[in-house]
Amino acid sequence: MSRLFMFEKPLGMRDTLPELYEKKLRVRSVMAETMKLWGYQFIETPTLEYYETVGAASAIVDQQLFKLLDKEGHTLVLRPDMTAPIARVAASKLLDEDLPVRLAYSANVFRAQQREGGRPAEFEQIGIECLNEDTVSCDGEVIALLISSLKKAGLRQFQVSIGHVGFAQELFMQILGTNGRATALRKFLYEKNYVGYREHVNSLQLSSIDKQRLLMLLQLRGGEEVIGNALDLIENGKGKQALLELRELWDVIKDYGVEEQVKFDFSIVSHMSYYSGVLFEAYAGNVGFPIGNGGRYSLIEKFGKKATATGFAVRLDMLLEALGELDVKNSTHCIFFSQERRKEAFQLAKEMHRQGKSALLQDITGVKNLDAFTKKFAGTTYLIGGHTDE
Amino acid sequence: MSNILTIAMPKGRIFEEAVGLLRKAGYRLPPEFDDSRKLIIEVAEEGLRFILAKPMDVATYVEHGVADVGIAGKDVLLEEERDVYELLDLKISYCYLAVAGLPDTNMNDVAPRVATKYPNVAEAYFREQGEQVEIIKLNGSIELAPLIGLSDRIVDIVSTGRTLKENGLVEYERMVDVTSRLIVNPVSYRIKDTRIDELVTRLHEVVS
Repeated sequence: MSRLFMFEKPLGMRDTLPELYEKKLRVRSVMAETMKLWGYQFIETPTLEYYETVGAASAIVDQQLFKLLDKEGHTLVLRPDMTAPIARVAASKLLDEDLPVRLAYSANVFRAQQREGGRPAEFEQIGIECLNEDTVSCDGEVIALLISSLKKAGLRQFQVSIGHVGFAQELFMQILGTNGRATALRKFLYEKNYVGYREHVNSLQLSSIDKQRLLMLLQLRGGEEVIGNALDLIENGKGKQALLELRELWDVIKDYGVEEQVKFDFSIVSHMSYYSGVLFEAYAGNVGFPIGNGGRYSLIEKFGKKATATGFAVRLDMLLEALGELDVKNSTHCIFFSQERRKEAFQLAKEMHRQGKSALLQDITGVKNLDAFTKKFAGTTYLIGGHTDE
Repeated sequence: MSNILTIAMPKGRIFEEAVGLLRKAGYRLPPEFDDSRKLIIEVAEEGLRFILAKPMDVATYVEHGVADVGIAGKDVLLEEERDVYELLDLKISYCYLAVAGLPDTNMNDVAPRVATKYPNVAEAYFREQGEQVEIIKLNGSIELAPLIGLSDRIVDIVSTGRTLKENGLVEYERMVDVTSRLIVNPVSYRIKDTRIDELVTRLHEVVS
């Protein structure tokens, strides 16, 4: 282990300097305001959770978890997402009355870097969970709120792609027969390896019609018409139900009037079986990673309560990148004073604060480079010696 | 949002074949394209921008989204495991990954050493064979390693097998076939779907 320099911080940890802080604050408050208007209540959960419970239930892979030990020798994790902690607290406390619960959060989550730099290991997520409510209306509400809050935050061009885990799974089961074979094929989808998917399909002992059905899955993305195309591929059962759900969801989304931002994509699959129904990702054109994602999940069951929930999480850092340059000028006014007029300066500041204006007091003898310092402020007043200078 | 599609191209061996394929697919690329030393080439008429990267780095540019699509060898994708869509086998730059070494030699029983440019691929391969090996990462001229006693085996790309032969090495196992693939950033795949679908269709038609 090499000796650390004093300026170093752990890999992937970043400072938030004043300008960025202001931007984050502004975007966060607009998003949070929207969520509150829709009736979602904010909660906080601990930064540390048990590895065995929340750590294991989380969708984040083990290698990305920050782990430490407590005094008893239990392994702890820095929470890698907010969904699992909320599922824990909901199952153990909030769902006792068996009613729908709508929660929101903005919190930092921690994911260790697996490879090189260029990504933060701690970042803020802002999101919602609609728990113990399993209607399509609820899925639609969550997607509509995602879109509304992104719009409110000032994001112009973005897209939400919606898929459904039930469809691909059912199509695979119908054609391939066993769970094992379905999982093998789904792995290619999860790894985004379409070349491998096609090769695998072509190597299977299947009729050419069935092969064609499996290959068509990769083409199923676009607008509402995609649901019709998907219906042609499936015979009946669960897969059909998934499509009927999506059709209804589309109607809900249209009634919310946010269909312009929505597309369908049946190739979106989650790893393992984290999501249990609808799932979606949000993309902005100028950011290489999804800015947010969500879906319906049954994670709460792992914490001992039979309920499903739908939610989304937006990555504040990605959203800020997508928003580009935000105009956050320092609006603070600087009042320079000398000893003789100190009291007068204090009164002026007090008056400005009363009016809700940001004003800073600075003893003139405390600044070495006055030109450089004054540049940082929206305006200045000098209460020095015998006269006032604006 | 710009409608320009940024394509990360691998410099060197694969480049000419990839350019040939794009031309065959009907993309009009200027003639000076081939021997330019520029790292970024704009082809405004086609709405394309090309960035020229080391083959091993193409998937990195695409994963981070600074390039929408890229042309990368399967060897790179296996080694790097980047979060990108692998949409099309372009069937160019055909070669394969192989285990090679000096003829009639066995691996050291206690600490078998394998030199390679592909540490992840090599380690996973030997683990699947039930063997724990020690990997020595090299950046080129891998054939040198067994010749001067740095390692018992190498894992490297073989296209004609001439380099192995000229250095007195033999192939022990053929691991996996390698061709170039069209890869796409997951966000670009959704946001620039029309342009990317068109690229895929046009390339698909000319891929033999």
